[in-house]
Amino acid sequence: MENLVKLTIDGVSVEVPAGTTVLEAAKKAGINIPTLCYLKDINQIGACRMCIVDTGARAFGAACVLPVANGMNVKTNTPKIREARRVNLELLLSNHDKKCLECPRNQKCELQQMCNDLGVEDVDKYKGKMNQYDIDDLSPSIVRDNNKCILCRRCVAACNKTQAVGVIGPMGRGFKTQIRSPWDQPLNDVACINCGQCIAACPTGALYEKDSTKAVWNLLSDTTKHVVVQPAPAVRAALGEEFGIPMGTSVTGKMAAALRRLGFEKVFDTDWAADLTIMEEGTEFIGRLKNGGVLPMITSCSPGWIKFCETYYPDFIPNLSSCKSPHEMEGAMIKSYWAQKEGIDPKDIRVVSVMPCTAKKFEAKRPELGHDGMQDVDEVITTRELAKMIKEAGIDFANLPDEDFDPMLGESSGAGVIFGATGGVMEAALRTVYEVVTGKTLDKVDFTAVRGIEGVKEATIKVGDLDVNVAVAHGTANAAKLLDSVKNGEKTYHFIEIMGCPGGCVTGGGQPFVSAQKRMECDPKVLRAQALYTEDANKPVRKSHENASVNVLYKEFLGEPNSHKAHELLHTTYVKRPKYTK
Amino acid sequence: MELYRSHVLVCGGTGCSSSGSAKLIERFEEQLKEKGLDKEVKVVRTGCFGLCEAGPVVIVYPEGTFYSRVKVEDVDEIVAEHLLKGRRVQRLVYVDHKTHESTVQKSLSEIGFYKQQMRVALRNCGVIDPENIDEYIAFDGYKALAKALTEMTPDQVIQEILDSGLRGRGGAGFPTGKKWQFAKATQAEHKYFVCNADEGDPGAFMDRSLLEGDPHAILEAMAIGGYAIGADEGWIYVRAEYPIAVKRLEKAIEQAHEYGLLGENIFGTGFNFDIHIRLGAGAFVCGEETALMASIEGKRGEPRPKPPFPAVKGLFESPTNINNVETLGNVAQIILKGADWFKSIGTERSTGTKVFALGGKINNTGLVEVPMGIPLRTIIEDIGGGCPNGKKFKAVQTGGPSGGCIPAALLDTPVEYDTLTAIGAMMGSGGMIVMDEDNCMVDIARFFLDFTVDESCGKCTPCRIGTRRMLEILERITQGKGEEGDIEKLQTLAENIKSSALCGLGQTAPNPVLSTIKYFRDEYEAHIREKRCPAHHCQALLNYEITDACRGCTACARKCPVNAISGNVKERHVIDQTKCIKCGNCMATCKFGAIIKN
Repeated sequence: MENLVKLTIDGVSVEVPAGTTVLEAAKKAGINIPTLCYLKDINQIGACRMCIVDTGARAFGAACVLPVANGMNVKTNTPKIREARRVNLELLLSNHDKKCLECPRNQKCELQQMCNDLGVEDVDKYKGKMNQYDIDDLSPSIVRDNNKCILCRRCVAACNKTQAVGVIGPMGRGFKTQIRSPWDQPLNDVACINCGQCIAACPTGALYEKDSTKAVWNLLSDTTKHVVVQPAPAVRAALGEEFGIPMGTSVTGKMAAALRRLGFEKVFDTDWAADLTIMEEGTEFIGRLKNGGVLPMITSCSPGWIKFCETYYPDFIPNLSSCKSPHEMEGAMIKSYWAQKEGIDPKDIRVVSVMPCTAKKFEAKRPELGHDGMQDVDEVITTRELAKMIKEAGIDFANLPDEDFDPMLGESSGAGVIFGATGGVMEAALRTVYEVVTGKTLDKVDFTAVRGIEGVKEATIKVGDLDVNVAVAHGTANAAKLLDSVKNGEKTYHFIEIMGCPGGCVTGGGQPFVSAQKRMECDPKVLRAQALYTEDANKPVRKSHENASVNVLYKEFLGEPNSHKAHELLHTTYVKRPKYTK
Repeated sequence: MELYRSHVLVCGGTGCSSSGSAKLIERFEEQLKEKGLDKEVKVVRTGCFGLCEAGPVVIVYPEGTFYSRVKVEDVDEIVAEHLLKGRRVQRLVYVDHKTHESTVQKSLSEIGFYKQQMRVALRNCGVIDPENIDEYIAFDGYKALAKALTEMTPDQVIQEILDSGLRGRGGAGFPTGKKWQFAKATQAEHKYFVCNADEGDPGAFMDRSLLEGDPHAILEAMAIGGYAIGADEGWIYVRAEYPIAVKRLEKAIEQAHEYGLLGENIFGTGFNFDIHIRLGAGAFVCGEETALMASIEGKRGEPRPKPPFPAVKGLFESPTNINNVETLGNVAQIILKGADWFKSIGTERSTGTKVFALGGKINNTGLVEVPMGIPLRTIIEDIGGGCPNGKKFKAVQTGGPSGGCIPAALLDTPVEYDTLTAIGAMMGSGGMIVMDEDNCMVDIARFFLDFTVDESCGKCTPCRIGTRRMLEILERITQGKGEEGDIEKLQTLAENIKSSALCGLGQTAPNPVLSTIKYFRDEYEAHIREKRCPAHHCQALLNYEITDACRGCTACARKCPVNAISGNVKERHVIDQTKCIKCGNCMATCKFGAIIKN
């Protein structure tokens, strides 16, 4: 039995397991203690002093790090506590640029929300010298504006702990402390993997994605170009949240309708290319198994993970599948197969990807990912950027009718849909590999062992005579753990799926923000994944190799999976990257 | 050990080293050799004698003659006269500030500065050669460790410390025995015993002197503590700015190893204990125990919230006990002489002695160790000899930037943890800075806050931004730009920072401001309302004026860098206030005292 602790919070008696924090216990007692630096499972450092409570001790304690104790009498709502919280908030404001109206986080900012909740009356009460910083916008993915930073260090924890990248940290001390990379280097010059988990962790507008909406609007008004769009699987699982639709609701049909209304000539779907990826990657895996290729083979869909591997685990580069990521495959097919079918000069085509990801902005610019002097994908916008465009266009998203994607590069199987959740690529691959290798039909297509949010998942699947050992990791810190166990011979696998972001793409760095308070109530990793698994379950076709339009593509254009042409268009190479560039 | 007829003790402490004592030692050795006395007279470089004001200090035994401000040129005379012929060099003998008497016929303990002192922690400082373990052993060194290891159980050791009432000398005054109890109570395979030697208060050098003057006492106490709590590894976190202390600690550790007093199976009891040194880079906040541990671990030196307390989860995640240098300086004595002896010194809730670094506007700057409970007045007037130049005493700051200013009216307050806290100051680690009538109390508050703002780690909001905003307000006030409501704003911020900052640094940072507002509110109000600095200290608020005493010598006008002074020869001069930059050159130049600050 769990060791229970009894305490009183604002007169309410609560019983919680030992080790619970006062913050969590208060939530149980129906009290929301304000927080800024706290981020569940990621950052618990008691630094912002917003969650202070009175336990009768000499000084107030930070509820986010204060463990409960038997008989504890906590007061969270006294005049002194309210005053102290407000003063601390006003102090934060005194060194914050307060340009809310032009801030990318306007109305989605936790600092702004707190000013509203705690009744800040005078934002200039403690007016004084402010630090002034240049905005770092040299990275293709991430912009840092330290003029808005409140030094909560949530980004630092995300980068260091969740992602094991650690290219940012507190520099200097006291009032001059700022979050930066060592030696004041811009993010672009350090070994950042562009995953954007720092953005997802930030409570204010100090971190945001490099804007591409202007470029996309420009493309859309260029009548000489054929501008087509493709949204990633995970986008549909979260886009609705931007329009007040509950988390965990899939909005595939409305999304397709909205994209069409924005003016894209064709609305294709990256899910289609996800099925194509399985055909290529599954075949590559079977080939490696049969021909003694490098094992374990590791998936290559996530550009954050790819850069992590190239930088921090270059020994594993030969293990990476040579497949391009799905949206790059889609782009390559649009500019070759579709162009040929439609009789369009590929040079007049522009491909826009809507991604849950900030690393895709970097990926799209990789020199390896193009053909004939053209990049496979021209612009990448995040889910958040798409929502912004929909709002700007005045589209009433919540009341849109459901529409279908355009044919040829738009239909997908359920296997393509679940790419957006951790374990999804593995499950999709297994559905195909099993049937291709054994020639038998699967009784049950759900491989539940690779689902869920456990950091590292393992399973052994019987494929014919062979026991195939697979593993799934999400978040690069988990990936590092998994790779270390492979490196030191502790574990042997045939096939590994790695996604750069914890939870996979559904909680990628480009997805709608979820506040720290909301994360205490629900886990977006679980809810958004559920939206995808439900959509998969309802699809008539659930295996990539049964996707009719993909099979037509092979018949009409590529020949067969891993053919010479397929290699030329759908596969890529990787480069070893230094940890220190200068 | 060899026998000598005379010992020449030359202070190798911080103050005397910087006034050139190392050169004295060289010269003494040369001269003694020349005169063939090197087998009869031994020169010893000791730790601090305390009376830094009179440095470099040389004491010749067996007579106990106290020579002060000795220069290299004086050495030959001391050797020729005193050591060769037995005649004391009168002109160099220390003269008591208060009585103006030469101390020729007095022993050290009879001199005013030393009379009211009681040396427990500093017992060996200035007495033994800190680089010689044999001298430490000759003064009962390592006897307490032997006693603890061979005659006492760990619980008995802790009980003795508990009974003694010893409280932490680093600032907060937590009972040392209790700390040890907590660390012992946590079950773990591996524990650490850490010595906090990150002395950071401006002007404080108690720990430095103790480490430099008696390093073995700290090693012995750490081994005793390690035995008591079940630790097998010790760390000393010492500032890199204390090179002599570091060198002597390294040497002491090496010697203790040679003698089997550190390492494996000490005294054949099966107890293993080793000590490492980690150098701090001089961040004040690293004196906070969690920041200190982070720094030892190689991380950014910043505090983390407690719990978990170090006794449960400390250095490298293991249970850890951390004590300050001076606290440890008492341990061996308590084990040797017993808790009752220790308790007999001081008061009921503050037992033993406390070392203070006396500085500021005081005649006898230096290091003093006094029994707890002694009135502040005794320290300042009798031991310290009062303010120089007949100036009026105004206040004393204890506890450094974390402490508070105590006004003259409260000078009879006894030196105890709780009484000092009750009047808005604190014991602190022992910095004691004296201020006279020329000190502006608003500026003093500004000075201390400037220090904490600089030293804030930047982790928590109230300390990072709050102290900075307080400093800005104080700067405005001292520049004559104070506004009505500033005092209240300072108080609101101060109370908030005190109650909501993450660590002790932030929580105590507002104390100098609060205590000066409490006792010297009129000075704040004069700055704000009348744009006047009563102490005539704040440059922006004072005017230089020439009085009737002016003889018209023109010296001031020639010195003025901005030509603000005009007047004919032999006539009274005038300062043009619109041009004056308040540099004070004129006042310093005037031979007739005709220029005043207003």
